[in-house]
Amino acid sequence: MALLEARGIVRTYGSVVALDGADFDVEAGQVTALIGDNGAGKSTLVKILSGTENSEGGEVRLEGEWVNFNNPAAARSHGIETVFQDLALCPHLDPIENLYLNREIKRSGLLGLLGFMDRKAMRDRSVEVFTDLGATVRKLNEPVGTMSGGQKQSVAVARSAAWASKIIFFDEPTAALGVVQTANVLDLIRRVRDKGIGVVLISHSMPEVLEVADTVQVLRRGRRVATINAADSSIEELVGAMTGKLDEEAA
Amino acid sequence: MSAPMKTSSQDIQDMIKSEQVTIIQRITRVQALQIVLVLLAISAVFSIMAPDAFLTVFNLRSIMMNTAIFAVLGVGATFVIITAGIDLSIGSVLVFSSVVSAMVMGNLGATGWTTSIIGLVVAIASGAAWGWLNGFLVAKAKVPAFIVTLGTMGAALGLAQVLTGGIDLYEIPTVMVDTIGFGNLFGEIPNLVVLAAVVCVIGAIILHRTRFGLTTYAVGSNPEACRRVGVKVDRQLIWIYIISGSTAGLAGWMSIAFFQQTTIGGNSMTPLTVIAGVVIGGTSLFGGIGTIFGSVIGLLIPVVLQSGFIIIGVESYWQGVVIGIFLIGAVYIDGRRRERAIRGSGRKPRRPQVGGAQVGPTEKEKEGTE
Repeated sequence: MALLEARGIVRTYGSVVALDGADFDVEAGQVTALIGDNGAGKSTLVKILSGTENSEGGEVRLEGEWVNFNNPAAARSHGIETVFQDLALCPHLDPIENLYLNREIKRSGLLGLLGFMDRKAMRDRSVEVFTDLGATVRKLNEPVGTMSGGQKQSVAVARSAAWASKIIFFDEPTAALGVVQTANVLDLIRRVRDKGIGVVLISHSMPEVLEVADTVQVLRRGRRVATINAADSSIEELVGAMTGKLDEEAA
Repeated sequence: MSAPMKTSSQDIQDMIKSEQVTIIQRITRVQALQIVLVLLAISAVFSIMAPDAFLTVFNLRSIMMNTAIFAVLGVGATFVIITAGIDLSIGSVLVFSSVVSAMVMGNLGATGWTTSIIGLVVAIASGAAWGWLNGFLVAKAKVPAFIVTLGTMGAALGLAQVLTGGIDLYEIPTVMVDTIGFGNLFGEIPNLVVLAAVVCVIGAIILHRTRFGLTTYAVGSNPEACRRVGVKVDRQLIWIYIISGSTAGLAGWMSIAFFQQTTIGGNSMTPLTVIAGVVIGGTSLFGGIGTIFGSVIGLLIPVVLQSGFIIIGVESYWQGVVIGIFLIGAVYIDGRRRERAIRGSGRKPRRPQVGGAQVGPTEKEKEGTE
């Protein structure tokens, strides 16, 4: 049984059909790549599964239980986190403050009730999280706005990894990164996977997908058209599935 | 960059070490440090030019007293500006609160402490009500803060004039004037200053030590990121405008104790003076940056200049000119600092906003959409 099963998801925007009965599966401890051409419905599917948008039809099961995420908080409470393409970090806050944004550890007793934070506990736990992931965040007290793209990405990944117990969605995490940072992020993704978390990677880079993914699920015109085992696939096969060339050849 | 795949124990040591210097770094990071030097330099010049008149207990006391009410307003304004908002209504809310407070106290028979305390509660409550209205319109109705508070600036002053017929009220409890307005702690420190200092310390603790304060910076830094992790951005903004209104209400109460009357016509420049001081003190109009300490220093500068100019015999009108230059300089430095931070990181900045009004395209839009 898959960790997460989505069946027949429908979503339209006016007259545009973004998802036309799409299926999707996520396995625990695996990297599932979600690929498709522009407009295939990848982003919409991820938004629905992470609670940012609502579906108009279909059902989602998490560990066999029927779930309905009306908002991101509902998804998060089920252990599902998203690393957004724009990272969604506060540039003026440091990595610890970003990691704990809206989840700050309060002091015990009266001071906690007054809203005072236990910064030491937050720092200790952050060091643990960053170390655990091997994230290249060198300074925990600098605003993340002053950091490199790769370091920011590390902070965003670490934040999701720190809170996700089941699934993390990565929405084009390497789109804005150089070669070294990309390798670094892919390494972070493997480490998250090795913790037993189901990783969903949305990417336009086929070499990257083949390098890190276990299975590849292909969306085209709002439907899943193929589920491919990454180990014995090729760029040609993936591109063919995305563009529909394979179907034509078969027909 | 060398082998980023693994974190060696050296890296962890570095991370921990970087934490240990945090206090020094946090202090030097405060732009206010530079402005402290400016304040000291100005004071030094006046002290040398008029050693017998400037550095006297009397003069320092009057400088502190003239800053006290501005400082209380500055606490609320700092919170608002850190969220990239603006509150232009604080001067009018001060007037409105003082008028309502004075009317209530007058009706109760203006004498004792009970009346004064009721007046205080009324002043803060009426300020908070205006603040709530500002916050609601900014956060929920999505009207730019500049316009909302420009509207309530006119409305609050107008209502104060309607209530009084435009004539100032003079019936203020004598205990309030004697203790708050002109009383001293330990015979030397004006109670008005003590009260303002207490408000500043409480404001600084909330801003720099509590979750509410951290959320304030976060909302100013990237409201969309806050929403995505579930921060109730609207609620935070409403509370921040309530704080700004409440400090304006308190300042109204302090004002009638000090002047022994309401000051209906005397606060048209107050919001601009306060906002200028807060910005000179290092709080960024673009949000995410600012300290209460900086604001207090920024508010001291115009007062010190005015006092010094009078003492050395320069027409005090020059104060306005000098403050204008400081204000533009401070915003210029802030802009350069932002530019440097963005260039250094390669991150696309969010759309610049001032008071909820968009003032420019994002980098992405400049480049054309993807």
